[in-house]
Amino acid sequence: MSSQDIPEENLPAQQGHAHGAVDVADEKNPFADPGLPPHEHRIQDIDEEAAKRSERTVALLFTVSMLATIGFIVSYVAVPHDRSIYVFPIGHVSALNFALGVTLGLALFCIGAGAVHWARTLMSDVEVADERHPIEASPELRAKVHEDFRQGAKESALGRRKLIRNTMLGALTLVPLSGVMLLRDLGPLPGTSLRHTMWSKGKLLVNMNTNEPLRPEDVAVGSLTFAKPEGLEEHDEDFQKEIAKAALMIVRLQPENIKDKRELEWSHEGIVAYSKICTHVGCPISLYEQQTHHVLCPCHQSTFDLSDGARVIFGPAGHALPQLRIGVNDEGYLEALGDFEEPVGPAFWERG
Amino acid sequence: MSTTASNTSRSRGKAPGGERVADWADGRLGIYTLAKSNMRKIFPDHWSFMLGEVCLYSFLIIILTGVYLTLFFHPSMNEVQYHGSYVPLQGQLMSEAFNSTLHISFDVRGGLLIRQIHHWAAVVFIAGMFVHMMRVFFTGAFRKPREVNWLFGFLLFVLGMFTGFTGYSLPDDLLSGTGVRFMEGAILSVPIVGTYISFFLFGGEFPGGDFVARFYSIHILLLPGIMLGLVVGHLILVFYHKHTQFAGPGKTNNNVVGMPLLPVYMAKAGGFFFLVFGVIAFVAAIAQINPIWAIGPYRPDQVSTGAQPDWYMGMAEGLIRAMPGWEINLWGHTLVLGVFIPLVLFGVILVAIAAYPFIEAWVTGDKREHHILDRPRNAPTRTAFGVAWLTVYFVMLIGGGNDLFATHFHLSINAVTWFVRISYFVGPVIAFIVTKRICLGLQRRDKDKVLHGRETGTIKRLPHGEFIEVHEPLSQEQLHTLTAHDQYKPLQLGPAVDENGVERKVRATQKVRAKLSEAYFGEESQIAKPSVEEYKEITSGHGHH
Repeated sequence: MSSQDIPEENLPAQQGHAHGAVDVADEKNPFADPGLPPHEHRIQDIDEEAAKRSERTVALLFTVSMLATIGFIVSYVAVPHDRSIYVFPIGHVSALNFALGVTLGLALFCIGAGAVHWARTLMSDVEVADERHPIEASPELRAKVHEDFRQGAKESALGRRKLIRNTMLGALTLVPLSGVMLLRDLGPLPGTSLRHTMWSKGKLLVNMNTNEPLRPEDVAVGSLTFAKPEGLEEHDEDFQKEIAKAALMIVRLQPENIKDKRELEWSHEGIVAYSKICTHVGCPISLYEQQTHHVLCPCHQSTFDLSDGARVIFGPAGHALPQLRIGVNDEGYLEALGDFEEPVGPAFWERG
Repeated sequence: MSTTASNTSRSRGKAPGGERVADWADGRLGIYTLAKSNMRKIFPDHWSFMLGEVCLYSFLIIILTGVYLTLFFHPSMNEVQYHGSYVPLQGQLMSEAFNSTLHISFDVRGGLLIRQIHHWAAVVFIAGMFVHMMRVFFTGAFRKPREVNWLFGFLLFVLGMFTGFTGYSLPDDLLSGTGVRFMEGAILSVPIVGTYISFFLFGGEFPGGDFVARFYSIHILLLPGIMLGLVVGHLILVFYHKHTQFAGPGKTNNNVVGMPLLPVYMAKAGGFFFLVFGVIAFVAAIAQINPIWAIGPYRPDQVSTGAQPDWYMGMAEGLIRAMPGWEINLWGHTLVLGVFIPLVLFGVILVAIAAYPFIEAWVTGDKREHHILDRPRNAPTRTAFGVAWLTVYFVMLIGGGNDLFATHFHLSINAVTWFVRISYFVGPVIAFIVTKRICLGLQRRDKDKVLHGRETGTIKRLPHGEFIEVHEPLSQEQLHTLTAHDQYKPLQLGPAVDENGVERKVRATQKVRAKLSEAYFGEESQIAKPSVEEYKEITSGHGHH
């Protein structure tokens, strides 16, 4: 990024040569800097009565602040923490939160307002000019520092004793590796864990709300039912991790409305089971439009057509929702006929 | 106090207590040398210089309230049953993190207030940094010698975003868990290493039992520690460089005109801390923020509609919502472009604004110090670039709330998304052109004012019946202020052959630079400011033109 090749004349004329009021306006240059304008007095500067008024205003603000702090302490002690009050126009709010916040806010604000009013009306407002000095060191200083550095480098003999330099660089390069190694146990390696869920052949589909196994007749046309695999309970240690992959949504379509051949094969009497986890970034899908059989992820609005293999019809998702193959067991309950055939949830490098 | 007075007081006995303490400290810390250059340091006054102060004070408020919150918050994902005073959630299973956040909100007196001050201050902090950066950008305050401070500020902005993100993930409520899941999905999209990073971050599969504790140490120690260092560095540099000022009578590149730190800015800035704190406390009293109890603890299979991140993550949210779901499957691997491209763009958009000062410095080739601020109109290309950048940013904020725009304005979500997709490309171009035209128009107006004076609104009828408006010449202060700005000339590449007729080699970078220079400073990009000759010619004889 050298700028040596930029001709000087392309840069604007040397700035700032007009120093303060040196460049007196004259016939030659009507645009010259006239210098700092004369100071204009405030009313407080000339009228002691006005200054007194300002003093009283500042003192009043500080006093209000003191009172507000007392109000804060009183509210803290006196207002029950479960009381709710109606405040126009914000509605019902926690009385304690409101009282504490308003008193604290007032106490702080008045200190600030007092200080600013004091500065604006009573402290000197005469503008003063301070000189700036270039940040760059003088050429002599620059040369001196460079010379010192060369001297120091020479005395260290780092350039001459190559063996020391190279081994030192080697040691310093290697030593952070220990730190990197220590991070290894932050988590297990992914392996194939993202490819499997709790679903397997024979696992019953359990209604998420009632915690009862589902029968085909429990699933009405036009409704959206959420299900989990049998044996997964909310208080299980792995519940969050397992439900993040195994959550299922079940809808009943008219078999003749199912456009996708495989979807029809994997369904039972028009009942289809799809992963509830969006293939975009993993939000749970929860909105179902029964007329069109579309489901919508409320996070990023990816829309899937459940009557057509849950393919993406709008939004940022990249592929269809995985379908779970289901059937009915001897006792008439819906069961899984295996795990999902592809990983559920967001895509990842090893997904393939 | 005059010297004689202090001498007499000294001779009568010991120096006053304050002086003795200061002497003691000076002997050990050298405070007098420090105070010499700083106690009466001059700071210029302009309303826009206050924006950075808002950031500093909200940062301090966040630290104060954050320390208080750590006294009650349990960063653990162990499952517990809720038995607190919020009835609707009683008996529900939840993580200790969520449980303790409910405890802070309902059972610790003032806990909700401090939580809301903490969150509101974070929102104000990042909004303040955003606006402060815009101030610095549009006035050219990032130019030499302040490039490093620009980068410090930029890092603070980015780290602030991530500190905010890790912070609102801590309560482990349904909304924040959804945000964390979004982040996990974005990490998974990174080619080759994404799955590993996700497993190492979450201690295994999402959500696992570790991320709250890990985010906690990142949120309260790692990121704020770095930020505190950067804030101190930022302030030291502000003092060292001395503040920039706008052009005006008596204000030059070699001075700084204003009022001294002691007492005026001590009182004003110190008072302003209390004003900011007071306003945020008041807002926290009346405006609810992040009611974590409303939709309950996080469950990976549950979600609510209208889920929105804090505003500063809205741009990332918009990118991810607007991007089409491209996926490439090859050789058993998946390249998740639909998520990875937004992730990369998020970085690119931010880095573009960080790198801008260096690009502009390269184009101008200007290595001098700049302490006089530009009016945005006098740097049309920079201003237009800034507005184009803002357009991208705000288009993506709209994208991030596409569902809200759709429901509130009764629009189709598809239409809103397509609007965002198209505007992402077209919007900044239009904004660039329009802004540049406006800047040039304002430059023309300034020139007109200098040469022909101010419009008075007084209409005069001449003897022959013509009506004219009386123009009043500007004062010399105004003339100087309107003509004080720099104007560069575009870089010339020189003739294609040298004096011997041999073809000159011009490096490709130089050609790019000349093009950019022409775009910045060519005839199309700035109005030559009025010259003294022009002024004299017009003002000398015939009055009106």
